[in-house]
Amino acid sequence: MSTQIAKAIVDGILTGGVYALMAAGLTLIFGVMEIINIAQGILVVLGAYLSYVLQVHLGIDPFIGLFFTIPIMFLLGVGIEWVFIRRLRPQNRTALSILVTFAVAIVIEGLLTLFFSADLRTLNAWYIDESVHVFGFYLPYIYLFGFGLAVVLLGALYLFLYRTRTGFSIRASVQNRTGAELIGIDINRVSAITFGIGVGVTAAGGMVFGATNSFNPNSGYDLISRLLVIVVLGGLGSVGGALIAAVAAIVIEDVTAVVWSPVWASTMFFGVLILVLLIRPNGLFGQQAARAQ
Amino acid sequence: MTAILEVTDVHKSFGGLQALAGCTFAVEEGTVAGLIGPNGSGKTTMFNVITGYERADSGTVRFAGREISKASTAAVCGLGVGRTFQLTRVFGRLTLLENLQVGSRGVPRSRRRELYSESRCLELLDFVGLATMADSQAGMLSYGQRKLVELAMVLAQDPKVILLDEPAGGINPTLIGQMGERIRELNQRGVTFLVVEHNMEFVMGICDVISVMEGGAVIAHGEPEIVRSDPRVLDAYLGGSLEDDPASPAPTEGATS
Amino acid sequence: MSTPSAPSSEQNPGKSPSSASPTAQPVPGASARVLPSGRKAQWVVTGAALVVALAFPLIFSNPATTSVAMFTLLFVAASSAWNMFSGYSGYTALGQAVFFGSGAYFLANVANLWHMQGGVGVFALVPLAGLFAGLVAVPVGWISLRTRRHTFVVITIAFFFIFQLLAYNLTGLTNGSAGMQLPIPPWLAATYNTYFYFAALGVAIIAVALSWAVRRSRFGLELFAIRDDEDRARGLGVRTGQVKLSAFVLSAVVTGMCGAVYAYYLGSIYPPFAFEAIFDVTIALMGFFGGLGTVSGPVIGALILEPLQQYLNLQVTSGGVALILFGVLFLLVIRYLPQGIIPSSAEILRNVRARRAEQGGPRASQPDQPTVHVTGPEETPESTTLGEVGK
Repeated sequence: MSTQIAKAIVDGILTGGVYALMAAGLTLIFGVMEIINIAQGILVVLGAYLSYVLQVHLGIDPFIGLFFTIPIMFLLGVGIEWVFIRRLRPQNRTALSILVTFAVAIVIEGLLTLFFSADLRTLNAWYIDESVHVFGFYLPYIYLFGFGLAVVLLGALYLFLYRTRTGFSIRASVQNRTGAELIGIDINRVSAITFGIGVGVTAAGGMVFGATNSFNPNSGYDLISRLLVIVVLGGLGSVGGALIAAVAAIVIEDVTAVVWSPVWASTMFFGVLILVLLIRPNGLFGQQAARAQ
Repeated sequence: MTAILEVTDVHKSFGGLQALAGCTFAVEEGTVAGLIGPNGSGKTTMFNVITGYERADSGTVRFAGREISKASTAAVCGLGVGRTFQLTRVFGRLTLLENLQVGSRGVPRSRRRELYSESRCLELLDFVGLATMADSQAGMLSYGQRKLVELAMVLAQDPKVILLDEPAGGINPTLIGQMGERIRELNQRGVTFLVVEHNMEFVMGICDVISVMEGGAVIAHGEPEIVRSDPRVLDAYLGGSLEDDPASPAPTEGATS
Repeated sequence: MSTPSAPSSEQNPGKSPSSASPTAQPVPGASARVLPSGRKAQWVVTGAALVVALAFPLIFSNPATTSVAMFTLLFVAASSAWNMFSGYSGYTALGQAVFFGSGAYFLANVANLWHMQGGVGVFALVPLAGLFAGLVAVPVGWISLRTRRHTFVVITIAFFFIFQLLAYNLTGLTNGSAGMQLPIPPWLAATYNTYFYFAALGVAIIAVALSWAVRRSRFGLELFAIRDDEDRARGLGVRTGQVKLSAFVLSAVVTGMCGAVYAYYLGSIYPPFAFEAIFDVTIALMGFFGGLGTVSGPVIGALILEPLQQYLNLQVTSGGVALILFGVLFLLVIRYLPQGIIPSSAEILRNVRARRAEQGGPRASQPDQPTVHVTGPEETPESTTLGEVGK
């Protein structure tokens, strides 16, 4: 039992890291633009399909494929922001953004269904099938690599936010949008880049997701529900919060599956959100976090 | 005369910024009291603390002898303290009449019918000269008109004390004059006022007593003429005479007449 | 804008009770001064609509048509309910399916528990299903409404997924993915849908009437005040927590009734149909489309969008293409009608009247039509900036 729990915790941390990456993008988008990108879930699935296509049709290893998929998704994100989000009027922006991104998500899901049908797919590579033996259980390499990828990308994100001028602009916009505009920050450009980053990371998340799960166009709903929970749990706008929330929630879920039952594990995942909200209505690192960035 | 509002040694910080540092003063019942001071001296924060929009870190606030330091905005309102805001806060998408009616819950049930009858609300709007626009949306009004609506909203609740946050700011001299007249009328009927203002003519004209704040504390208190020439006060306003207050408009005909 | 006229000094709005008019009216909600002709026009239109609605299935008795009409009415009800909370208070809820599904499963469970036979009697359970959904809304609303608006939206979505999961997992109550059966009424195929049509019509009438009543009441006024400036409303004495929760629960009750009728119509209920993500978004879309914060807005929105959706459903067989078309439809609506139909026309009307009133003297003719006239449209030219200022 204890081995199982240990495995669950390790699995949880590793998977949580990947979710943290995708959630970071989502929460950053909210922090800068005050909009909620419901399409994040289906975009992860799109990332998975992109990796899949590269692998199956061009024989490119999924990790190598990221050099293509990440820029593609980044540009897609910029495009979505420019076409759909930018036009939204200030009033009721958040609510409208949910409707708009949901509509975009539906369109993407429709396109994916058209091209790939509802058949389940998954990625293949040696590190997916083979495992390393550690602490008395077997851990597929992909989990470790995926976590490593998440760490690398999150680190890159951190460096970008804190060491570059554009990153500074983004952080300033999170803290005070109007103030940022007043000091000459081009909010449109910042928004586009942020959205692009938010979507770009889903390429990486999608690849790992596709490598560790079988997926089809319908997988987006489950993903977005989890990402939303993580983002709210951590506090909207807080990347650090999203990180902690992701790992914590997924670990709790995985442990619940072992200790109680797999059936209730998912419900527990959402239950954690409710419990936290009872104590801290705005998430773990709610409003304050938006400043601390 | 008794003090209807007493603020004792109130401290309030926002992160590293100390807005109120041991602020102490009192407002006598039935007076028109002024609260002046350079920008950033803590006047609006003081208002917020008194009316429950902010909570003091330490110190007490008393209304009619009763401690209201921890009271909520609704509770303070129910006790008979009304306030207006520096940046007007009216309900933009409601009509003027509806704006007034929102506050009906803030008075005890026994008085609701009397205070919030439609005819009384219309009378109040007439009092501030906006009866013709009773059915217009508040959002369509000019800044000055919205200030008058705020005043009417406050009056609707028949408060004992009214806190006015920069009532003369940003409106034309004629309106300022009218505003002053309204305040005097109401004061004659027993309403106590505490007015934050930068317009020195206005303040000197209508206030019985003035408190001067600087750096989060009260540095001077007394009748207008005395305060006007108090060296500490002059110092606080960048070492000039009060007419040099950069925030006040050039002296005009107005409330003093 | 004309400067306010100098008020007469005889006015005495302040202190003494004698200043109150001897004919003091009960505390009014939305303005009650109304021009007789304006009100009459409203009632005529509503009456006519009612007559048409009642006669509809008798004229167009084709079951396919009645079915579409029934769904449309259910969405009229659900969208009105959504708007009654979200449109009026400004808190966008996107998890209403929670109550829809709760109502559906309540009906299924009780009908089975009491071994009810199919028939008109089962409809009696619909209001109870609504009440049950209302009960569910109390804790859900209480938890959700403690947060800021942005977080609120996401929490309602999270609750939606929770309930969907519960539907799958609480097999004792819901039978999980196997679903539950409802009693099958013994009606002929030709008139089967007609019964449901009238049931849906009943729910729709309740929804719209409730929406209208709330809008005219002080309760509705407080909701609108909360929408514009919640802190200020609280500062004036409005019990914002109670008001929001009450509206939330009312909205849930109606939505629950819709779910119950729907389940009974289908004859069986499964988790993905009872708790459907698209439902949440569709009713919001209809509300936006028709006009937030108005009574007729969601009605118009549903009347236009639902038949369209049904039509697409029938015409397009490929699942992928259907999704793409839905998505594009949504995007077009949001792009080109962010205010909704009703506010735009009402705004024009109001500008015309305001101009006339200014010329005509003190409060000359300002007819107020609570149902069609919009006190709180989505946007007026000034309100965009006002919104920024007031925050």
